Amino acid sequence: MSDVFLVGNGAGFSGDRVDAPIPVVRTLIQRGLPAALFFEVLGERTVALAQLERRANPEAGYEPMLERLLAPVLADCFNNRIPILGNFGAANPPAAARCIARLALRLGLPNLRIAVVAGDDVMGSIALDQLPVHEADGSIDTRSARLIAANAYIGAEPLVAALKAGADVVVAGRTSDPALAIAPLVAHFGWSLDDWQKLAVGAAAGHLLECGSQVTGGVFWDPGRKDIPDPANIGFPIAEVTRDGGLIITKAVETGGLVDLRTIKEQLLYELHDPAHYITPDVVLDISACHIEQVGKDRVAIHGLKGEPAPESLKVTASFEGSWLGEGEVSVSGPNALARAKATADVLLQRLKLRGLPVRARVDLIGVASVHDSDDGALWRSYEGPEPLDIRIRLAAEGATRDDVDQAAREVLALLCCGTAGTGGARWRVTPRILTRSYLVLCERVPTSITTRTAQEIAA
Amino acid sequence: MSETVELPLYDLAHSRAGDKGNRANLSLIPYRPELYPILAEQVTEERVLALFAHRGATRCRRYDLPLLHAFNFVVDDVLEGGVNASLNLDGHGKTQSFRLLALTVRVPRHLAP
Repeated sequence: MSDVFLVGNGAGFSGDRVDAPIPVVRTLIQRGLPAALFFEVLGERTVALAQLERRANPEAGYEPMLERLLAPVLADCFNNRIPILGNFGAANPPAAARCIARLALRLGLPNLRIAVVAGDDVMGSIALDQLPVHEADGSIDTRSARLIAANAYIGAEPLVAALKAGADVVVAGRTSDPALAIAPLVAHFGWSLDDWQKLAVGAAAGHLLECGSQVTGGVFWDPGRKDIPDPANIGFPIAEVTRDGGLIITKAVETGGLVDLRTIKEQLLYELHDPAHYITPDVVLDISACHIEQVGKDRVAIHGLKGEPAPESLKVTASFEGSWLGEGEVSVSGPNALARAKATADVLLQRLKLRGLPVRARVDLIGVASVHDSDDGALWRSYEGPEPLDIRIRLAAEGATRDDVDQAAREVLALLCCGTAGTGGARWRVTPRILTRSYLVLCERVPTSITTRTAQEIAA
Repeated sequence: MSETVELPLYDLAHSRAGDKGNRANLSLIPYRPELYPILAEQVTEERVLALFAHRGATRCRRYDLPLLHAFNFVVDDVLEGGVNASLNLDGHGKTQSFRLLALTVRVPRHLAP
Protein backbone atom coordinates (compact mmCIF):
# COMPACT_ATOMS: atom_id res chain seq x y z
CA MET A 1 0.00 0.00 0.00
CA SER A 2 2.94 2.32 0.49
CA ASP A 3 3.02 2.47 -3.28
CA VAL A 4 0.04 4.88 -3.22
CA PHE A 5 0.28 8.56 -2.35
CA LEU A 6 -2.75 10.79 -1.79
CA VAL A 7 -2.91 14.44 -2.82
CA GLY A 8 -5.86 16.36 -1.43
CA ASN A 9 -7.05 19.79 -2.47
CA GLY A 10 -8.34 22.28 0.11
CA ALA A 11 -9.18 25.29 -2.06
CA GLY A 12 -9.55 26.00 -5.77
CA PHE A 13 -9.50 29.78 -5.67
CA SER A 14 -9.32 32.71 -3.29
CA GLY A 15 -12.91 32.86 -2.13
CA ASP A 16 -13.58 29.15 -1.99
CA ARG A 17 -15.57 27.49 0.82
CA VAL A 18 -13.39 27.82 3.92
CA ASP A 19 -14.72 24.64 5.54
CA ALA A 20 -13.84 22.47 2.53
CA PRO A 21 -10.41 21.26 3.80
CA ILE A 22 -11.87 19.65 6.95
CA PRO A 23 -13.43 16.53 5.34
CA VAL A 24 -10.46 16.23 2.96
CA VAL A 25 -8.01 16.00 5.85
CA ARG A 26 -10.34 13.66 7.75
CA THR A 27 -10.32 11.37 4.70
CA LEU A 28 -6.55 11.54 4.24
CA ILE A 29 -6.07 10.51 7.88
CA GLN A 30 -8.67 7.70 7.68
CA ARG A 31 -6.98 6.26 4.61
CA GLY A 32 -3.74 5.96 6.55
CA LEU A 33 -1.61 6.44 3.44
CA PRO A 34 1.18 8.96 2.89
CA ALA A 35 -0.47 12.18 1.75
CA ALA A 36 -0.20 15.91 1.13
CA LEU A 37 -2.74 18.73 1.00
CA PHE A 38 -2.55 21.74 -1.31
CA PHE A 39 -4.34 25.06 -1.63
CA GLU A 40 -4.56 26.92 -4.95
CA VAL A 41 -5.75 30.46 -4.35
CA LEU A 42 -4.07 32.66 -6.97
CA GLY A 43 -5.98 33.72 -10.05
CA GLU A 44 -4.22 35.67 -12.76
CA ARG A 45 -4.83 39.05 -11.13
CA THR A 46 -4.88 37.96 -7.49
CA VAL A 47 -1.20 38.69 -6.92
CA ALA A 48 -1.66 42.23 -8.23
CA LEU A 49 -4.61 42.86 -5.92
CA ALA A 50 -2.53 41.43 -3.05
CA GLN A 51 0.39 43.67 -3.98
CA LEU A 52 -1.93 46.70 -3.72
CA GLU A 53 -2.98 45.52 -0.24
CA ARG A 54 0.67 45.11 0.74
CA ARG A 55 1.38 48.68 -0.33
CA ALA A 56 -1.28 49.87 2.08
CA ASN A 57 -0.21 47.49 4.88
CA PRO A 58 3.23 45.80 4.90
CA GLU A 59 1.86 42.81 6.86
CA ALA A 60 -0.95 42.21 4.32
CA GLY A 61 -0.83 40.92 0.76
CA TYR A 62 -1.34 37.20 1.34
CA GLU A 63 -4.48 35.08 1.11
CA PRO A 64 -6.98 36.84 3.40
CA MET A 65 -8.71 33.56 4.39
CA LEU A 66 -5.41 31.82 5.21
CA GLU A 67 -6.01 31.51 8.93
CA ARG A 68 -9.63 30.40 8.48
CA LEU A 69 -8.56 27.76 5.97
CA LEU A 70 -5.72 26.33 8.05
CA ALA A 71 -6.95 26.67 11.64
CA PRO A 72 -9.22 23.58 11.61
CA VAL A 73 -6.70 21.29 9.86
CA LEU A 74 -3.18 22.43 10.74
CA ALA A 75 -2.76 20.34 13.91
CA ASP A 76 -4.25 17.22 12.30
CA CYS A 77 -1.96 17.58 9.29
CA PHE A 78 1.11 18.13 11.46
CA ASN A 79 0.33 15.21 13.77
CA ASN A 80 -0.29 12.88 10.82
CA ARG A 81 2.70 14.05 8.78
CA ILE A 82 0.58 15.46 5.95
CA PRO A 83 2.51 18.40 4.50
CA ILE A 84 0.55 21.42 3.32
CA LEU A 85 1.51 23.38 0.21
CA GLY A 86 -0.10 26.56 -1.06
CA ASN A 87 0.39 29.61 -3.18
CA PHE A 88 -1.40 31.44 -0.37
CA GLY A 89 1.69 33.61 0.14
CA ALA A 90 0.49 35.67 -2.85
CA ALA A 91 2.40 38.98 -2.79
CA ASN A 92 3.81 38.50 0.70
CA PRO A 93 4.89 34.92 1.54
CA PRO A 94 6.96 35.98 4.59
CA ALA A 95 3.90 37.63 6.16
CA ALA A 96 1.83 34.53 5.37
CA ALA A 97 4.48 32.45 7.14
CA ARG A 98 4.27 34.73 10.19
CA CYS A 99 0.47 34.30 10.19
CA ILE A 100 0.86 30.51 10.10
CA ALA A 101 3.53 30.64 12.83
CA ARG A 102 1.21 32.60 15.12
CA LEU A 103 -1.57 30.11 14.44
CA ALA A 104 0.79 27.17 15.11
CA LEU A 105 1.86 28.61 18.46
CA ARG A 106 -1.78 29.10 19.42
CA LEU A 107 -2.44 25.46 18.52
CA GLY A 108 0.56 24.30 20.55
CA LEU A 109 2.74 23.42 17.52
CA PRO A 110 5.96 25.40 18.07
CA ASN A 111 7.98 22.86 16.07
CA LEU A 112 5.89 23.17 12.92
CA ARG A 113 8.37 23.77 10.10
CA ILE A 114 7.37 26.47 7.64
CA ALA A 115 9.19 26.95 4.34
CA VAL A 116 8.95 30.18 2.38
CA VAL A 117 9.61 29.97 -1.35
CA ALA A 118 11.10 33.07 -2.96
CA GLY A 119 11.97 33.94 -6.52
CA ASP A 120 8.64 34.22 -8.32
CA ASP A 121 8.51 37.99 -7.77
CA VAL A 122 10.63 39.39 -10.62
CA MET A 123 9.42 42.99 -10.49
CA GLY A 124 12.78 44.38 -9.50
CA SER A 125 15.01 41.85 -11.16
CA ILE A 126 13.93 41.55 -14.80
CA ALA A 127 13.41 44.32 -17.36
CA LEU A 128 10.07 43.36 -18.84
CA ASP A 129 10.32 45.51 -21.95
CA GLN A 130 13.19 43.33 -23.17
CA LEU A 131 11.12 40.14 -23.06
CA PRO A 132 8.98 38.56 -25.78
CA VAL A 133 5.27 39.17 -25.14
CA HIS A 134 3.19 36.02 -24.70
CA GLU A 135 -0.36 37.33 -24.14
CA ALA A 136 -1.50 40.91 -23.73
CA ASP A 137 -4.52 43.04 -23.07
CA GLY A 138 -4.68 45.15 -26.21
CA SER A 139 -5.23 48.36 -24.33
CA ILE A 140 -1.94 48.50 -22.42
CA ASP A 141 0.46 51.28 -23.20
CA THR A 142 3.41 49.98 -21.20
CA ARG A 143 5.33 53.24 -21.60
CA SER A 144 2.87 55.04 -19.37
CA ALA A 145 1.18 52.19 -17.47
CA ARG A 146 2.31 51.80 -13.87
CA LEU A 147 3.53 48.34 -12.96
CA ILE A 148 1.92 46.73 -9.88
CA ALA A 149 3.38 43.24 -9.91
CA ALA A 150 5.40 40.87 -12.08
CA ASN A 151 5.57 37.22 -11.10
CA ALA A 152 6.90 34.12 -12.78
CA TYR A 153 4.93 30.89 -12.72
CA ILE A 154 7.61 28.79 -11.10
CA GLY A 155 7.65 25.00 -11.17
CA ALA A 156 7.85 22.23 -8.61
CA GLU A 157 11.60 22.22 -7.96
CA PRO A 158 11.80 24.62 -4.99
CA LEU A 159 8.64 23.08 -3.51
CA VAL A 160 10.28 19.64 -3.69
CA ALA A 161 13.37 21.04 -1.99
CA ALA A 162 11.23 22.49 0.79
CA LEU A 163 9.48 19.17 1.37
CA LYS A 164 12.79 17.32 1.38
CA ALA A 165 14.05 19.82 3.94
CA GLY A 166 11.24 18.63 6.20
CA ALA A 167 8.74 21.44 5.75
CA ASP A 168 5.31 20.85 7.23
CA VAL A 169 3.91 23.87 5.42
CA VAL A 170 5.28 25.26 2.15
CA VAL A 171 4.32 28.89 1.57
CA ALA A 172 4.70 30.04 -2.01
CA GLY A 173 3.63 33.05 -4.01
CA ARG A 174 3.06 32.53 -7.72
CA THR A 175 3.65 28.95 -8.79
CA SER A 176 2.15 27.01 -11.63
CA ASP A 177 -1.01 25.43 -10.26
CA PRO A 178 -0.07 21.83 -11.14
CA ALA A 179 3.34 22.26 -9.43
CA LEU A 180 1.52 22.21 -6.09
CA ALA A 181 0.49 18.60 -6.80
CA ILE A 182 3.60 17.55 -8.70
CA ALA A 183 5.95 18.55 -5.87
CA PRO A 184 4.71 16.19 -3.13
CA LEU A 185 4.63 13.31 -5.61
CA VAL A 186 8.21 13.96 -6.73
CA ALA A 187 9.34 14.34 -3.12
CA HIS A 188 7.61 11.13 -2.03
CA PHE A 189 8.34 8.81 -4.96
CA GLY A 190 11.72 10.29 -5.82
CA TRP A 191 10.66 10.76 -9.44
CA SER A 192 13.27 12.47 -11.55
CA LEU A 193 12.46 16.00 -12.75
CA ASP A 194 12.98 14.81 -16.32
CA ASP A 195 10.79 11.72 -16.05
CA TRP A 196 8.21 13.32 -18.35
CA GLN A 197 5.75 10.43 -18.17
CA LYS A 198 5.56 10.59 -14.39
CA LEU A 199 5.48 14.37 -14.32
CA ALA A 200 2.61 14.25 -16.83
CA VAL A 201 0.63 12.19 -14.31
CA GLY A 202 1.44 14.73 -11.62
CA ALA A 203 0.45 17.61 -13.90
CA ALA A 204 -2.84 15.92 -14.76
CA ALA A 205 -3.54 15.32 -11.07
CA GLY A 206 -2.76 18.98 -10.38
CA HIS A 207 -4.87 20.20 -13.29
CA LEU A 208 -7.84 18.08 -12.22
CA LEU A 209 -7.55 19.15 -8.56
CA GLU A 210 -6.47 22.77 -8.82
CA CYS A 211 -10.01 24.14 -9.05
CA GLY A 212 -11.20 22.19 -6.01
CA SER A 213 -14.84 21.20 -6.32
CA GLN A 214 -14.93 21.81 -10.08
CA VAL A 215 -14.01 18.13 -10.50
CA THR A 216 -16.41 16.87 -7.84
CA GLY A 217 -19.64 18.55 -8.93
CA GLY A 218 -19.00 22.30 -8.63
CA VAL A 219 -19.99 24.35 -11.72
CA PHE A 220 -21.24 21.01 -13.00
CA TRP A 221 -24.54 20.54 -11.23
CA ASP A 222 -27.63 21.46 -13.16
CA PRO A 223 -30.88 20.68 -11.35
CA GLY A 224 -32.95 18.05 -13.13
CA ARG A 225 -30.25 17.45 -15.72
CA LYS A 226 -26.97 16.84 -13.92
CA ASP A 227 -27.96 16.45 -10.29
CA ILE A 228 -25.38 15.92 -7.55
CA PRO A 229 -25.90 14.86 -3.93
CA ASP A 230 -25.90 17.67 -1.34
CA PRO A 231 -24.55 20.65 -3.32
CA ALA A 232 -24.27 22.64 -0.08
CA ASN A 233 -21.58 20.24 1.05
CA ILE A 234 -19.54 19.31 -2.04
CA GLY A 235 -16.54 17.17 -1.11
CA PHE A 236 -13.22 18.42 -2.39
CA PRO A 237 -11.04 16.16 -4.52
CA ILE A 238 -8.29 13.72 -3.69
CA ALA A 239 -5.91 12.14 -6.21
CA GLU A 240 -4.55 8.65 -5.61
CA VAL A 241 -1.25 8.30 -7.41
CA THR A 242 0.94 5.22 -7.62
CA ARG A 243 4.71 5.13 -7.96
CA ASP A 244 4.47 3.88 -11.54
CA GLY A 245 2.09 6.66 -12.57
CA GLY A 246 -1.41 5.32 -11.96
CA LEU A 247 -3.96 8.04 -11.27
CA ILE A 248 -7.42 7.85 -9.72
CA ILE A 249 -9.49 10.90 -8.79
CA THR A 250 -11.85 10.59 -5.83
CA LYS A 251 -13.14 12.91 -3.11
CA ALA A 252 -13.54 13.41 0.62
CA VAL A 253 -15.76 10.86 2.37
CA GLU A 254 -19.18 11.71 3.82
CA THR A 255 -19.61 14.76 1.63
CA GLY A 256 -21.82 15.80 -1.27
CA GLY A 257 -20.88 16.08 -4.90
CA LEU A 258 -19.67 13.25 -7.10
CA VAL A 259 -16.80 12.08 -9.27
CA ASP A 260 -17.81 10.48 -12.54
CA LEU A 261 -16.79 10.46 -16.20
CA ARG A 262 -18.74 13.68 -16.80
CA THR A 263 -17.13 15.70 -14.01
CA ILE A 264 -13.68 14.46 -15.00
CA LYS A 265 -14.18 15.36 -18.67
CA GLU A 266 -15.42 18.86 -17.85
CA GLN A 267 -12.44 19.62 -15.64
CA LEU A 268 -9.89 17.86 -17.84
CA LEU A 269 -10.78 20.25 -20.68
CA TYR A 270 -11.21 23.32 -18.46
CA GLU A 271 -9.01 26.24 -19.58
CA LEU A 272 -7.29 23.92 -22.00
CA HIS A 273 -6.44 24.89 -25.55
CA ASP A 274 -4.56 22.33 -27.60
CA PRO A 275 -5.15 19.06 -25.68
CA ALA A 276 -1.79 17.78 -26.91
CA HIS A 277 0.11 20.74 -25.40
CA TYR A 278 -0.90 21.75 -21.91
CA ILE A 279 2.18 23.73 -20.95
CA THR A 280 3.41 23.78 -17.35
CA PRO A 281 6.89 24.77 -16.13
CA ASP A 282 7.59 21.13 -15.24
CA VAL A 283 6.24 19.21 -18.22
CA VAL A 284 4.11 19.62 -21.32
CA LEU A 285 1.06 17.44 -20.77
CA ASP A 286 -0.64 15.66 -23.67
CA ILE A 287 -4.15 14.36 -22.98
CA SER A 288 -5.01 13.67 -26.62
CA ALA A 289 -4.68 9.90 -26.16
CA CYS A 290 -6.12 9.85 -22.66
CA HIS A 291 -9.12 7.74 -21.71
CA ILE A 292 -10.95 7.45 -18.44
CA GLU A 293 -12.71 4.71 -16.54
CA GLN A 294 -15.15 4.64 -13.63
CA VAL A 295 -13.54 2.18 -11.21
CA GLY A 296 -15.86 2.61 -8.25
CA LYS A 297 -18.32 5.03 -6.71
CA ASP A 298 -16.77 8.49 -6.96
CA ARG A 299 -13.59 6.97 -8.36
CA VAL A 300 -12.33 7.59 -11.89
CA ALA A 301 -9.03 6.33 -13.30
CA ILE A 302 -7.15 8.38 -15.90
CA HIS A 303 -5.15 6.38 -18.46
CA GLY A 304 -2.95 7.22 -21.43
CA LEU A 305 -1.42 10.49 -20.26
CA LYS A 306 1.74 11.53 -22.06
CA GLY A 307 4.46 14.00 -21.19
CA GLU A 308 6.87 16.03 -23.30
CA PRO A 309 9.94 17.91 -22.03
CA ALA A 310 9.36 21.07 -20.04
CA PRO A 311 9.65 24.38 -21.90
CA GLU A 312 12.84 26.41 -21.62
CA SER A 313 10.89 29.50 -20.61
CA LEU A 314 8.60 30.43 -17.77
CA LYS A 315 5.53 32.59 -18.10
CA VAL A 316 5.74 35.91 -16.28
CA THR A 317 2.50 37.80 -15.73
CA ALA A 318 2.84 41.51 -15.18
CA SER A 319 -0.02 43.62 -13.87
CA PHE A 320 -0.41 47.31 -14.50
CA GLU A 321 -2.70 49.98 -13.12
CA GLY A 322 -5.50 50.28 -15.62
CA SER A 323 -8.49 52.51 -16.09
CA TRP A 324 -11.53 52.93 -13.83
CA LEU A 325 -14.77 50.99 -14.00
CA GLY A 326 -18.06 52.51 -12.87
CA GLU A 327 -21.19 50.42 -12.52
CA GLY A 328 -24.75 51.33 -11.62
CA GLU A 329 -27.91 49.29 -11.43
CA VAL A 330 -31.66 49.94 -10.96
CA SER A 331 -34.68 47.65 -11.18
CA VAL A 332 -38.07 47.81 -12.87
CA SER A 333 -40.76 45.17 -12.41
CA GLY A 334 -44.32 44.28 -13.34
CA PRO A 335 -46.46 45.43 -16.30
CA ASN A 336 -44.54 47.04 -19.17
CA ALA A 337 -41.17 46.38 -17.47
CA LEU A 338 -39.51 45.50 -20.79
CA ALA A 339 -40.47 48.78 -22.47
CA ARG A 340 -39.48 50.77 -19.39
CA ALA A 341 -36.13 48.99 -19.18
CA LYS A 342 -35.31 49.51 -22.87
CA ALA A 343 -36.26 53.20 -22.65
CA THR A 344 -34.15 53.60 -19.50
CA ALA A 345 -31.16 52.06 -21.25
CA ASP A 346 -31.43 54.50 -24.14
CA VAL A 347 -31.85 57.46 -21.81
CA LEU A 348 -28.75 56.48 -19.84
CA LEU A 349 -26.62 56.35 -22.99
CA GLN A 350 -28.14 59.65 -24.11
CA ARG A 351 -27.26 61.25 -20.76
CA LEU A 352 -23.60 60.23 -21.06
CA LYS A 353 -23.49 61.86 -24.50
CA LEU A 354 -25.30 65.01 -23.33
CA ARG A 355 -22.79 65.46 -20.54
CA GLY A 356 -19.84 64.72 -22.79
CA LEU A 357 -18.36 62.21 -20.37
CA PRO A 358 -15.26 60.57 -21.92
CA VAL A 359 -16.22 56.97 -21.10
CA ARG A 360 -16.86 53.73 -22.94
CA ALA A 361 -20.26 52.46 -21.85
CA ARG A 362 -22.54 49.49 -22.06
CA VAL A 363 -26.03 48.76 -20.81
CA ASP A 364 -27.31 45.32 -19.83
CA LEU A 365 -30.89 44.34 -19.13
CA ILE A 366 -30.38 41.66 -16.49
CA GLY A 367 -33.28 39.25 -16.80
CA VAL A 368 -33.48 39.80 -20.58
CA ALA A 369 -29.89 39.55 -21.83
CA SER A 370 -26.63 40.51 -20.17
CA VAL A 371 -23.71 38.10 -19.86
CA HIS A 372 -24.24 36.62 -23.34
CA ASP A 373 -24.74 40.03 -24.91
CA SER A 374 -22.34 42.45 -26.57
CA ASP A 375 -21.52 46.06 -25.67
CA ASP A 376 -24.11 47.31 -28.15
CA GLY A 377 -26.86 45.20 -26.59
CA ALA A 378 -27.59 43.21 -29.74
CA LEU A 379 -29.48 40.53 -27.81
CA TRP A 380 -31.66 42.65 -25.54
CA ARG A 381 -32.45 45.15 -28.29
CA SER A 382 -33.87 42.39 -30.46
CA TYR A 383 -35.81 40.79 -27.59
CA GLU A 384 -39.58 41.36 -27.91
CA GLY A 385 -41.00 39.18 -25.14
CA PRO A 386 -42.46 37.49 -23.27
CA GLU A 387 -42.39 40.09 -20.55
CA PRO A 388 -39.95 39.13 -17.74
CA LEU A 389 -41.16 39.36 -14.14
CA ASP A 390 -38.56 42.00 -13.45
CA ILE A 391 -35.48 43.49 -15.06
CA ARG A 392 -32.35 45.01 -13.59
CA ILE A 393 -30.81 47.72 -15.73
CA ARG A 394 -27.03 47.86 -15.47
CA LEU A 395 -24.74 50.57 -16.78
CA ALA A 396 -21.00 49.89 -17.00
CA ALA A 397 -18.63 52.71 -17.93
CA GLU A 398 -14.88 52.69 -18.27
CA GLY A 399 -12.67 55.76 -18.42
CA ALA A 400 -9.27 57.17 -17.60
CA THR A 401 -10.28 59.17 -14.54
CA ARG A 402 -12.16 58.14 -11.46
CA ASP A 403 -14.32 61.24 -11.52
CA ASP A 404 -15.61 60.77 -15.07
CA VAL A 405 -16.51 57.18 -14.33
CA ASP A 406 -18.14 58.09 -11.03
CA GLN A 407 -20.23 60.74 -12.80
CA ALA A 408 -21.31 58.16 -15.37
CA ALA A 409 -22.32 55.65 -12.69
CA ARG A 410 -24.20 58.33 -10.77
CA GLU A 411 -26.46 58.82 -13.78
CA VAL A 412 -28.02 55.54 -12.70
CA LEU A 413 -28.58 56.90 -9.20
CA ALA A 414 -30.32 59.96 -10.67
CA LEU A 415 -32.92 57.64 -12.17
CA LEU A 416 -34.43 57.24 -8.70
CA CYS A 417 -36.15 60.58 -9.38
CA CYS A 418 -35.69 61.10 -13.13
CA GLY A 419 -36.32 57.51 -14.31
CA THR A 420 -39.43 55.75 -15.56
CA ALA A 421 -42.39 55.04 -13.32
CA GLY A 422 -41.58 52.39 -10.74
CA THR A 423 -37.77 52.62 -10.83
CA GLY A 424 -36.01 51.47 -7.65
CA GLY A 425 -33.16 49.70 -5.92
CA ALA A 426 -30.22 51.79 -7.14
CA ARG A 427 -26.63 50.74 -6.43
CA TRP A 428 -23.47 52.18 -7.87
CA ARG A 429 -19.75 51.72 -7.38
CA VAL A 430 -16.40 52.64 -8.89
CA THR A 431 -13.42 50.26 -8.93
CA PRO A 432 -9.88 50.46 -10.33
CA ARG A 433 -9.01 48.06 -13.12
CA ILE A 434 -5.87 46.01 -13.53
CA LEU A 435 -4.34 45.17 -16.88
CA THR A 436 -2.11 42.18 -17.41
CA ARG A 437 0.49 41.19 -19.92
CA SER A 438 2.38 37.92 -20.03
CA TYR A 439 5.98 37.48 -21.09
CA LEU A 440 8.29 34.53 -21.56
CA VAL A 441 11.57 34.47 -19.66
CA LEU A 442 14.27 31.81 -19.71
CA CYS A 443 14.06 29.57 -16.63
CA GLU A 444 17.64 30.27 -15.57
CA ARG A 445 16.82 33.96 -15.17
CA VAL A 446 14.37 33.12 -12.37
CA PRO A 447 16.43 31.64 -9.52
CA THR A 448 14.39 30.42 -6.57
CA SER A 449 15.26 29.84 -2.94
CA ILE A 450 13.67 28.46 0.20
CA THR A 451 13.95 29.41 3.85
CA THR A 452 12.73 26.86 6.39
CA ARG A 453 12.22 27.72 10.03
CA THR A 454 10.02 26.52 12.87
CA ALA A 455 6.94 28.42 13.99
CA GLN A 456 8.75 29.29 17.20
CA GLU A 457 11.76 30.71 15.32
CA ILE A 458 9.57 32.76 13.00
CA ALA A 459 7.48 34.16 15.83
CA ALA A 460 10.54 35.07 17.91
CA MET B 1 -31.38 7.77 -42.67
CA SER B 2 -34.06 7.34 -40.07
CA GLU B 3 -36.39 10.12 -39.05
CA THR B 4 -34.58 12.99 -37.32
CA VAL B 5 -35.53 15.58 -34.74
CA GLU B 6 -34.02 19.01 -34.12
CA LEU B 7 -32.83 19.53 -30.56
CA PRO B 8 -30.70 22.01 -28.64
CA LEU B 9 -27.28 20.65 -27.71
CA TYR B 10 -28.40 21.04 -24.11
CA ASP B 11 -30.52 17.90 -24.50
CA LEU B 12 -27.58 15.89 -25.83
CA ALA B 13 -24.40 17.21 -24.28
CA HIS B 14 -22.83 19.25 -21.50
CA SER B 15 -20.21 21.98 -21.59
CA ARG B 16 -17.89 24.10 -19.44
CA ALA B 17 -16.23 27.39 -20.39
CA GLY B 18 -12.82 28.68 -19.37
CA ASP B 19 -10.78 31.75 -20.30
CA LYS B 20 -7.26 32.90 -21.07
CA GLY B 21 -7.11 36.57 -21.86
CA ASN B 22 -9.52 37.38 -24.67
CA ARG B 23 -9.91 33.76 -25.67
CA ALA B 24 -12.44 31.25 -24.39
CA ASN B 25 -12.44 27.51 -24.44
CA LEU B 26 -15.71 25.61 -24.45
CA SER B 27 -15.84 21.88 -23.99
CA LEU B 28 -18.69 19.95 -25.57
CA ILE B 29 -19.30 16.50 -24.15
CA PRO B 30 -22.12 14.31 -25.49
CA TYR B 31 -23.92 12.22 -22.88
CA ARG B 32 -23.87 9.19 -25.21
CA PRO B 33 -20.85 8.10 -27.26
CA GLU B 34 -23.12 7.42 -30.28
CA LEU B 35 -23.75 11.15 -30.48
CA TYR B 36 -20.05 11.95 -30.91
CA PRO B 37 -19.88 11.50 -34.72
CA ILE B 38 -23.17 13.36 -35.18
CA LEU B 39 -21.94 16.36 -33.21
CA ALA B 40 -18.59 16.15 -35.01
CA GLU B 41 -20.42 16.58 -38.29
CA GLN B 42 -22.86 19.30 -37.25
CA VAL B 43 -21.17 21.42 -34.57
CA THR B 44 -18.57 22.91 -36.85
CA GLU B 45 -16.05 25.63 -36.16
CA GLU B 46 -18.04 27.91 -38.48
CA ARG B 47 -21.29 27.43 -36.60
CA VAL B 48 -19.68 28.04 -33.22
CA LEU B 49 -17.89 31.14 -34.50
CA ALA B 50 -21.22 32.48 -35.84
CA LEU B 51 -22.76 31.96 -32.41
CA PHE B 52 -20.31 34.51 -31.00
CA ALA B 53 -20.11 36.86 -33.99
CA HIS B 54 -22.08 39.58 -32.14
CA ARG B 55 -19.24 39.72 -29.59
CA GLY B 56 -16.50 40.12 -32.15
CA ALA B 57 -15.11 36.57 -32.17
CA THR B 58 -12.55 36.24 -34.96
CA ARG B 59 -11.57 32.58 -35.06
CA CYS B 60 -12.72 29.22 -33.78
CA ARG B 61 -10.68 26.07 -33.59
CA ARG B 62 -12.14 22.68 -32.66
CA TYR B 63 -9.97 19.99 -31.09
CA ASP B 64 -11.45 16.49 -31.25
CA LEU B 65 -10.93 13.97 -28.48
CA PRO B 66 -12.47 10.75 -29.82
CA LEU B 67 -11.21 8.61 -26.94
CA LEU B 68 -12.90 10.87 -24.41
CA HIS B 69 -15.90 11.47 -26.69
CA ALA B 70 -15.47 15.19 -26.25
CA PHE B 71 -14.64 18.35 -28.20
CA ASN B 72 -12.74 21.44 -27.18
CA PHE B 73 -13.64 24.69 -28.95
CA VAL B 74 -11.17 27.56 -28.65
CA VAL B 75 -12.73 30.87 -29.67
CA ASP B 76 -10.49 33.91 -30.15
CA ASP B 77 -11.48 37.51 -29.28
CA VAL B 78 -14.83 36.43 -27.86
CA LEU B 79 -14.48 37.95 -24.39
CA GLU B 80 -14.75 41.62 -25.34
CA GLY B 81 -11.15 42.21 -24.31
CA GLY B 82 -11.07 39.63 -21.52
CA VAL B 83 -11.65 40.00 -17.81
CA ASN B 84 -9.39 43.03 -17.51
CA ALA B 85 -10.97 45.08 -20.28
CA SER B 86 -14.52 43.82 -20.73
CA LEU B 87 -17.55 45.76 -19.55
CA ASN B 88 -19.43 42.46 -19.31
CA LEU B 89 -20.58 41.29 -15.88
CA ASP B 90 -19.04 37.92 -16.75
CA GLY B 91 -15.67 38.98 -18.06
CA HIS B 92 -14.35 35.44 -17.71
CA GLY B 93 -17.06 34.18 -20.05
CA LYS B 94 -17.97 31.31 -17.73
CA THR B 95 -21.62 31.55 -18.74
CA GLN B 96 -20.86 31.15 -22.45
CA SER B 97 -21.04 27.35 -22.24
CA PHE B 98 -24.80 27.69 -22.12
CA ARG B 99 -24.86 29.82 -25.27
CA LEU B 100 -23.15 26.91 -27.02
CA LEU B 101 -25.69 24.49 -25.53
CA ALA B 102 -28.53 26.49 -27.08
CA LEU B 103 -27.26 25.66 -30.58
CA THR B 104 -29.49 23.10 -32.32
CA VAL B 105 -28.58 19.91 -34.17
CA ARG B 106 -30.59 17.22 -35.96
CA VAL B 107 -30.32 13.72 -34.53
CA PRO B 108 -32.03 10.40 -35.34
CA ARG B 109 -35.14 10.04 -33.23
CA HIS B 110 -33.81 6.94 -31.47
CA LEU B 111 -30.88 8.97 -30.09
CA ALA B 112 -33.10 11.74 -28.72
CA PRO B 113 -33.50 11.63 -24.93
